[in-house]
Amino acid sequence: MEYFIQQLINGLTLGSIYGLIAIGYTMVYGIIGMINFAHGDIFMLGGFAGLIVYLLIMTVFGGAPIAVALLCMLIVAMAATSLWNWSIERVAYRPLRGSFRLAPLITAIGVSIALSNFIQVTQGPRNKPIPQMVNSVYTIEGISISLKQIVIVIITVALLAAFWYIVEKTPLGRAQRATEQDRKMAALLGIDVDRTISITFVMGAALAAVAGTMFLMYYGVIVFTDGFVPGVKAFTAAVLGGIGSLPGAVIGGLLIGLIESLWSAYFTIAYKDVATFAILAFVLIFKPSGLLGRPEVEKV
Amino acid sequence: MATVTNPSTASTGSLTAKALREATFTAVMTFLMFVLFVGLKTDQNMRNELILVPRWGLLAIFVIIAFVGRFAMVAWLQPWRTARKAAKDAAPAQTTDAGFVKRNFSKLAILALVLYPPIILSLFGAQGSLKYIDNFGIQILIYVMLAWGLNIVVGLAGLLDLGYVAFYAVGAYSYALLSINFGFSFWILLPLAGILSAFWGIILGFPVLRLKGDYLAIVTLAFGEIIRLVLINWQDVTQGTFGISGIPKITLFGIPFDASPHGFAKIFNLPMSSAYYKVFLFYLILLLCLLTAFVTIRLRRLPIGRAWEALREDEIACRSLGINTVTTKLTAFAIGAMFGGFAGSFFAARQGFVSPESFVFLESAVILSIVVLGGMGSLTGIAIAAIAMVGGTELLREMDFLKHIFGPDFTPELYRMLIFGLAMITMMLVRPRGFVGSREPTAFLFERKNVSGSFTKEGHG
Amino acid sequence: MSAMASTMNNDAILKVEHLSMRFGGLMAINDLSFEVRRGEITALIGPNGAGKTTVFNCITGFYKPTMGMISMQQKDGKSFFLERMADFEVTRDAKVARTFQNIRLFSGLTLLENLLVAQHNALMKASGYTVLGLLGFKSYKDASKEATEKARYWLEKASLIDRADDPAGDLPYGAQRRLEIARAMCTGPELLCLDEPAAGLNPRESQELNKLLRSIRADNGTSLLLIEHDMSVVMEISDHVVVLEYGQKISDGDPAHVKNDPRVIAAYLGVDDDEVETVRHEVEEGAN
Repeated sequence: MEYFIQQLINGLTLGSIYGLIAIGYTMVYGIIGMINFAHGDIFMLGGFAGLIVYLLIMTVFGGAPIAVALLCMLIVAMAATSLWNWSIERVAYRPLRGSFRLAPLITAIGVSIALSNFIQVTQGPRNKPIPQMVNSVYTIEGISISLKQIVIVIITVALLAAFWYIVEKTPLGRAQRATEQDRKMAALLGIDVDRTISITFVMGAALAAVAGTMFLMYYGVIVFTDGFVPGVKAFTAAVLGGIGSLPGAVIGGLLIGLIESLWSAYFTIAYKDVATFAILAFVLIFKPSGLLGRPEVEKV
Repeated sequence: MATVTNPSTASTGSLTAKALREATFTAVMTFLMFVLFVGLKTDQNMRNELILVPRWGLLAIFVIIAFVGRFAMVAWLQPWRTARKAAKDAAPAQTTDAGFVKRNFSKLAILALVLYPPIILSLFGAQGSLKYIDNFGIQILIYVMLAWGLNIVVGLAGLLDLGYVAFYAVGAYSYALLSINFGFSFWILLPLAGILSAFWGIILGFPVLRLKGDYLAIVTLAFGEIIRLVLINWQDVTQGTFGISGIPKITLFGIPFDASPHGFAKIFNLPMSSAYYKVFLFYLILLLCLLTAFVTIRLRRLPIGRAWEALREDEIACRSLGINTVTTKLTAFAIGAMFGGFAGSFFAARQGFVSPESFVFLESAVILSIVVLGGMGSLTGIAIAAIAMVGGTELLREMDFLKHIFGPDFTPELYRMLIFGLAMITMMLVRPRGFVGSREPTAFLFERKNVSGSFTKEGHG
Repeated sequence: MSAMASTMNNDAILKVEHLSMRFGGLMAINDLSFEVRRGEITALIGPNGAGKTTVFNCITGFYKPTMGMISMQQKDGKSFFLERMADFEVTRDAKVARTFQNIRLFSGLTLLENLLVAQHNALMKASGYTVLGLLGFKSYKDASKEATEKARYWLEKASLIDRADDPAGDLPYGAQRRLEIARAMCTGPELLCLDEPAAGLNPRESQELNKLLRSIRADNGTSLLLIEHDMSVVMEISDHVVVLEYGQKISDGDPAHVKNDPRVIAAYLGVDDDEVETVRHEVEEGAN
């Protein structure tokens, strides 16, 4: 039982990270119907930004309280990654909006390849380990929870709350939802569609940057290829939850995290990704629009 | 005259101001974007700790390039392009007859490919030509074949498949395992690998039939990853990440390409060289490519091919015309997969070694981008895209002379995939519909008129 | 000759019995029964949202009805229960073809190709399910020629022959409608279901359409079932009219009968149920 709860906690932590990335996929998909393949690499970029800020703090200030350091890392990573995603959208996706559906998908794949290799070229191909930042572990009745995990879950919950507020309660969120429903009509009603889409990319990138920084903190290491696997998993999470649905993305992320950690714990760790993908395929076969996705009504 | 020049000088002035403004903005953005990643480099010191190495000079170069580039673009390039476009629009549309080269393009291209090995051999000699025949010739042709195979699924039937490399892997491992364990020859295993891949195509096709668009895309991606992960983890059979080596070579109807008395060189009384095998492989893959092209062209004129294209245009209309879309989709998956399997078994035989490394998602992405960059459905366009993308990146391996410019530490190889990614973006931005955007109709009553890309759809399934 | 044939075979080609279709809590069609007689043009009319297109989708297999039976009687005596068949089987086996309210052409294929796709099943057989065709057998070449001739016949009939090699997406709206009808006819149907064929057409195009529909009935012996809003079209060409309102049949008969049915008038004018009697009186007074 303790073992099970332990795995549950590990799964939730991992799932939080996936969920944060998945929101970026799902929002971009919702608003412009495009699979942003580069989003995983945006996440990796966020992790690297966090890493560099951490090293800056260490070398320039000779260290700082953990909370302050983490806050700095998060803020700078969010800002830098947002800037990147904003520019990428401007340069690589916007000119292709409204053209051929596969064209932005291909540029996104191109951006993904370019981004990971950019980091490889500028930061080197090797693993980047950092010392444990947060290493307290609490043990309650045989179940150990590390402070890292608590921090990750708390930050995720806080961000989701803020995010939910923005999407549901602010004019910006309303503009986003309107653009998602009908871009032309939204433009006619005076919504600056380009700006709304840009902001969506920025928001997605900011969340991915948080996920990246937490990934760095949790595993203590990052490498330029780290965008791919979490990216694919998060995309899987978004689809599993029903792409376009924000709660779906979070639930999908948590589910994937749980499947992964429980599968590794009780079966073989080798096939954990196979299990994830197989479950995705299985869910989609029986529920073709994901768990919370709007079922697509076939209009005849 | 003055009235004409005045506004133009005024606009030049405002143009320069605008260019300056935009260039400054771009430079600031570039600075902010690159300050962390270019300005600082994470490095390991002697104690294996990470340290930061500043590179402010490099950062400055980036910012300056961005400033100058943006300025040049706004101040000169854009006005020049508008002017050229205006001139083009003003000029009467010229309807020139397609020239000899254009009319007989595919015949000439095949001829050139057939003559390619002898010309290269005579130019560079047996050893010197290896690189050109192997790295450029065979490598590109494998991608041409893969892209033509995927074209059936994506370009014709409009089903977005992100896991095509799985079928390539099935073909490669089928050949590797069956030839090593049972000693079958390539000529038996080639069709067998194709059939096995087609079978896997149907296995994948069945569950995903109901899925549309991006759901289909992610499940095919998942399928590709599952196959790869199984290859990595099923170590008893596949030897995991170590891969399978010592895969038998292909023989020319029983004549091996080796130094033995029965070998090709001895029989034809030629000096021993590995070039013969490469040339043989070149012709073999060329033949396989031509087979793919022939079958694709034939299929397009058959009801099944038309049904694929109709499916891409409108699935519901297809069903209203009595077309069984389930079998239509499955045949597209199966036939596309079959060509992937052919290419896979050829790949295994050529390398003599297979490992899961060769079947990563990136390969699927590259093949898909070749199909899209070529212009979906167009065999010629796809072949050109394959040459540009694969040949282009192979070329980057050869840029040793750059070492003389950037110093001996400079490894152009490192920049290969970065440039590849940037090239993908650029080409897609320049030609969103691919190199050949128009579609050739499969039948005509009076005259064959190509259908402009703006009418064709890209499929939803 | 054809007129005689149509009067002689006045049996039902399509029987809809007790058809109901429920979407969640909404009863889109409620216990609907009507017949389409062989050789006739039957019109299905009714105000917006009356469930006409739903009836069509049930007949052509795109929806599975909640209850009821739809039987199709072919010339040679074979009968089919359409509600049990998949959409493509309805066209392939039961020989019921349809068009769509929002035109669904293969816009990137040429007109000729559109019509060849419609002959898919026949050509598929002739090509030996692709195998013989791939090997270049003559049987497929002959069948292919025949199919092209059939396409040419329909292109001429729909006066689209000049544009045979242009993409379907390039046609003006009225021509697209005619092409969709020609395409449906290329499947060789005994019953053709048209969903608002005259919608969006100008009067001249409307006339061309009427001509085409009449000739389809007369020359090809195909029975027609059509949904239409344009009353002039309905009154001019249909032999039999069925009126729907809120998923129920409110009137059924020849055009003259339906035109004067007070319930129909009430439905179109949007009168409450209790006022129907008043309308009836008014109509009767007007008639007197």
